[in-house]
Amino acid sequence: MFNKILIANRGEIACRVIKTARKMGIGTVAVYSDADDGAMHMRMADEAVHIGPPPANQSYIVIDRIMDAIRQTGAEAVHPGYGFLSERAEFAEALDAAGVAFIGPPKGAIEAMGDKITSKKLAAEAGVSTVPGYMGLIADADEAVKIAAEIGYPVMIKASAGGGGKGMRIAWNEAETREGFQSSKNEASASFGDDRIFIEKFVTQPRHIEIQVLGDKHGNVVYLGERECSIQRRNQKVIEEAPSPFLDEATRRAMGEQSVALAKAVDYCSAGTVEFIVDGDRNFYFLEMNTRLQVEHPVTELITGLDLVEQMIRVAAGEKLTFTQDDVKLNGWAMESRLYAEDPYRNFLPSIGRLTRYRPPAEERTETSVVRNDTGVEEGGEISRFYDPMIAKLCSWGPDRAGAIEVMRGALDAFEVEGIGHNLPFVQAVMDHSKFIAGDISTAFIAEEYPEGFAGAELDAATLKRIAAGAAAMRLVTVRRESRISGTLSGHERPVPGDWVVTVAGEEFPVTTTRLITGHVRTEEGEELTLTSKGRDPLKPQILIRGEGAVQVDIADGETMIVEGDWTPGDTVTRAMIDDVPMTVKVAPLTEGFRIRYRGADLDVKVRTPRAQELARLMPVKLPPDTSKMLLCPMPGLVVSINVEVGDEVQEGQALCTVEAMKMENVLRAERRAVVKSIACEPGASLAVDAVIMEFE
Amino acid sequence: MSDILEQLEARRAEARLGGGAGRIAKQHEKGKLTARERIELLLDQGSFEEYDMFVAHRCTDFGMQETKMPGDGVVTGWGTVNGRQVYVFSQDFTVFGGSLSETHAQKICKIMDMAVQNGAPVIGLNDSGGARIQEGVASLAGYADVFLKNVLSSGVIPQISVIMGPCAGGAVYSPAMTDFIFMVRDSSYMFVTGPDVVKTVTNEIVTAEELGGAKTHTSKSSVADGAFENDVEALAEVRRLVDFLPASNRAEPPVRPFFDDANRLEMSLDTLIPENPNQPYDMKELILKTADEGDFFEIQADYAGNIITGFIRLEGRPVGVVANQPMVLAGCLDIDSSRKAARFVRFCDAFSIPILTFVDVPGFLPGTGQEYGGVIKHGAKLLFAYAEATVPKVTVITRKAYGGAYDVMASKHIRADVNYAWPTAEIAVMGAKGATEILYRSELGDPEKIARRTKDYEDRFANPFVAAERGFIDEVIMPHSTRRRVCRAFASLRGKRQENPWKKHDNIPL
Repeated sequence: MFNKILIANRGEIACRVIKTARKMGIGTVAVYSDADDGAMHMRMADEAVHIGPPPANQSYIVIDRIMDAIRQTGAEAVHPGYGFLSERAEFAEALDAAGVAFIGPPKGAIEAMGDKITSKKLAAEAGVSTVPGYMGLIADADEAVKIAAEIGYPVMIKASAGGGGKGMRIAWNEAETREGFQSSKNEASASFGDDRIFIEKFVTQPRHIEIQVLGDKHGNVVYLGERECSIQRRNQKVIEEAPSPFLDEATRRAMGEQSVALAKAVDYCSAGTVEFIVDGDRNFYFLEMNTRLQVEHPVTELITGLDLVEQMIRVAAGEKLTFTQDDVKLNGWAMESRLYAEDPYRNFLPSIGRLTRYRPPAEERTETSVVRNDTGVEEGGEISRFYDPMIAKLCSWGPDRAGAIEVMRGALDAFEVEGIGHNLPFVQAVMDHSKFIAGDISTAFIAEEYPEGFAGAELDAATLKRIAAGAAAMRLVTVRRESRISGTLSGHERPVPGDWVVTVAGEEFPVTTTRLITGHVRTEEGEELTLTSKGRDPLKPQILIRGEGAVQVDIADGETMIVEGDWTPGDTVTRAMIDDVPMTVKVAPLTEGFRIRYRGADLDVKVRTPRAQELARLMPVKLPPDTSKMLLCPMPGLVVSINVEVGDEVQEGQALCTVEAMKMENVLRAERRAVVKSIACEPGASLAVDAVIMEFE
Repeated sequence: MSDILEQLEARRAEARLGGGAGRIAKQHEKGKLTARERIELLLDQGSFEEYDMFVAHRCTDFGMQETKMPGDGVVTGWGTVNGRQVYVFSQDFTVFGGSLSETHAQKICKIMDMAVQNGAPVIGLNDSGGARIQEGVASLAGYADVFLKNVLSSGVIPQISVIMGPCAGGAVYSPAMTDFIFMVRDSSYMFVTGPDVVKTVTNEIVTAEELGGAKTHTSKSSVADGAFENDVEALAEVRRLVDFLPASNRAEPPVRPFFDDANRLEMSLDTLIPENPNQPYDMKELILKTADEGDFFEIQADYAGNIITGFIRLEGRPVGVVANQPMVLAGCLDIDSSRKAARFVRFCDAFSIPILTFVDVPGFLPGTGQEYGGVIKHGAKLLFAYAEATVPKVTVITRKAYGGAYDVMASKHIRADVNYAWPTAEIAVMGAKGATEILYRSELGDPEKIARRTKDYEDRFANPFVAAERGFIDEVIMPHSTRRRVCRAFASLRGKRQENPWKKHDNIPL
């Protein structure tokens, strides 16, 4: 076994590899760019080597820099993580030449599978079913249009070296093909240094299901079940699960066996993933093979009990797999939510900045649940524009799919991220979406279910009522504290009101709050007493106490809810039992109430006295200023191009300008037909969020 | 007997109706509450004691004797905010448009006298069309009586004004002399001369909102300290502010139970200061992470953003915070920020509220605009305010503390009690680059030499230790322990007693 390995990566995956290496007693070396000086992965490793400036093409993907770091530290093997150099055959070759082990497949397999065109040919030869498409490279937009027409729309334009949604576009017509070809090419060039593009048929209503394979250097290859990654946005995976709710045993086996056959055809070893598109009739087509550890590998680990990184390291060290296909058993269900620094309320545009607050839920493992969070950031860290916008991978496990979803919901409720925009509320909404719960999903799920984008989840009436009860209880705690201020006129203290009107999501709940504690008091002699204060019903053993206890909330419709919790002012997350339902909500104080975030909903909850509520109803409803005639910059970024001029009439959907943020080129489009009145910036300008780019007449 | 009691009830009912149901409905249509409704929201439920409910004007000109309304356009009295006494007057726009008459003014003066005598704040809710023109000079005299009370009460009891409707002409000068002015967006305005006069005199065409609305006064003129969306929100926030203020200059600031750990560490503050010294960061994060429960009541949030002022609590006790904001103009001091902070510091000092200063200041803003505008005198206001303040003063330098601005920002030299610096602090006459360009002017042609000189200067001065060696910095502290250190510092200063030499009053460079 190796004594020391170098992790040629950053962020959560570097941290994740270091964890396993440490468990195995192997020393670790991290590499870091200027932007990552002080980052978590750098501090977790036993040693860290600086490899250059922030842009990946000057640091993390410069093979010479990594080789220098290896020489400097004497690492015996390199784990590449995913992305960066993980699928670069030259890197595997350079390591080979230096006598350093590559913790991944042989370079021949990387070469064969790394090129999507070659890999498709090889797959077809190995008896794996493939999607119709054009296998050659495409020279220019004209050729792209010609080929697209031959294959038939819709088509997918892909960067040959692409991955993770970068350099990928779907085109439904000629104009989109031209535009998509160019932007894919630009993105591919910027991200991978390789601008080769190809086109294939875009299968509609597809599900993305992939098979995890694992091989050793002794010719053994097994498959470790599948992962379904159909919940995607613009081909970027958002939620993954294992197993798939869609596959039957026969399809699983067929896909698994074909995957193993393909792996063997290229002498594969280490961990790899064969991606398929599966249609509604469970026909599956080979998409590509990823010759690396996948981002979503934890869900496979959670249902197989294997540590894939450990397996990769052992295989790289020449060890044989210690189990066979028959030993692989899938246990329970696992979910993964990818937390991205992308603002769902602004059409998922990248958000960068400082994590002023980052408190993931506690990782825990019980008989019926697992919470696991793979992360590479921490509170006070910076989400930089140089790298992938993924902040964390939150995984849950349960005995079945419903259990895994429930664990995930609770974990998401407790996950605090502030300072940047992020997709956590969106993922929460998906976890409560009826189609998702039913397993009725496809890669078009997000586009179809959220065609207008995401504006927050809507909660059902019973949940809103519980939130109203919780808010009333918190208001009572707040007011009691306020009334305990010093300097009051003794004897004329503020009487703490019990009657409130809670306004949440446009609905009013008149309530009466009473502090109480239920239970019994046992004397030293063992005698049980039921205490009642003067004037209260002695038949109800509810005792008013001083301090923060449970609160009884009587709602005007006759329902009574007991709120048990320990929220005090300043708590940003609180766990409470409301009406016997456990709830974890995020709380922030607002004038006369609270901002409450729960299950993807972001609520402004007011708790007023009945009189204040009566007066508040007289207040005018103010509409936010009209920005409909402006194009606002949706995220901080750099203006790459402006496609229109003052006086132009633009059509709905027409590209107006391109803003680059976090390496992604975002084309901003006209929301409706309009005439450009003025343009406020020029290409090359650095814009803040909500800066006006242009105005319309 | 019962007749008499009923008569009282009837007279009260009449008085409570102010200008009548029609005018009340009109007031509501404008999105405004009535004078009495506002008091209900401002004070603890049922705590309002009204005085002078039956006061009526004595004017007989212009047919005024025909229209007498009990209360005469203002509701006055006292009540409690969270059990603490406050005096309040609330102008009633439904009665003579809330216009100020001789008797109206007398009512206000009466509760102001009581407030000073009994040591409780005065909160004025302004909604008035101006002087009662029919009364002529008697009305003007009334204004002046109120002005005088405002001045004599200043520094004795906190005075808060909430502008909830028109406030024009001479009327503006009463709020102008109070400690805080808040406005309600879209339904309040303040100006000395209105749009019509402005047009006649200067030919400028301007709306009342542009001339004196909440946005103008919170962001341009700095007349107002904050603005709120509507009456209900404004009054709720005024209650929140009252909880930070002592009842008078004879009382201690109020202490409230708190649910936070004075020893709470914030590891993320260790990475607050960016690697690049020219990159900004948000000073508000430090304020929020230092404060009890992250609770911050900001004053003048929309004006002179290069300095932040407002109230927090530490261990349940109010503290005034002044902090340079690197996000705006690199956090430099200029005319606007100096004036803003100086007034805030003086308020805190007048009412025994300790002052916490966070420093990251590259210096004073250069330029003719500043010099012609009198940055010397305005900057001196802040220096003066800090130097004369005798309340506990704790200072934390997070990054830059350059030049004269270092002295100004509650340095040891002007009697700050405890001065901390983060390890990232740079306490120097100026930035290294500027310094070497002056010190080694002859070497300017040789970039290599200059770079080396700059490096030398940085190594020597771009740190807190030179100042610490001289005792100008009491201790270099870890950023993550800022809350703990600052809490302990203020705890140690609870017994502080400091007196300035006797004087009639000082002569701050106004």
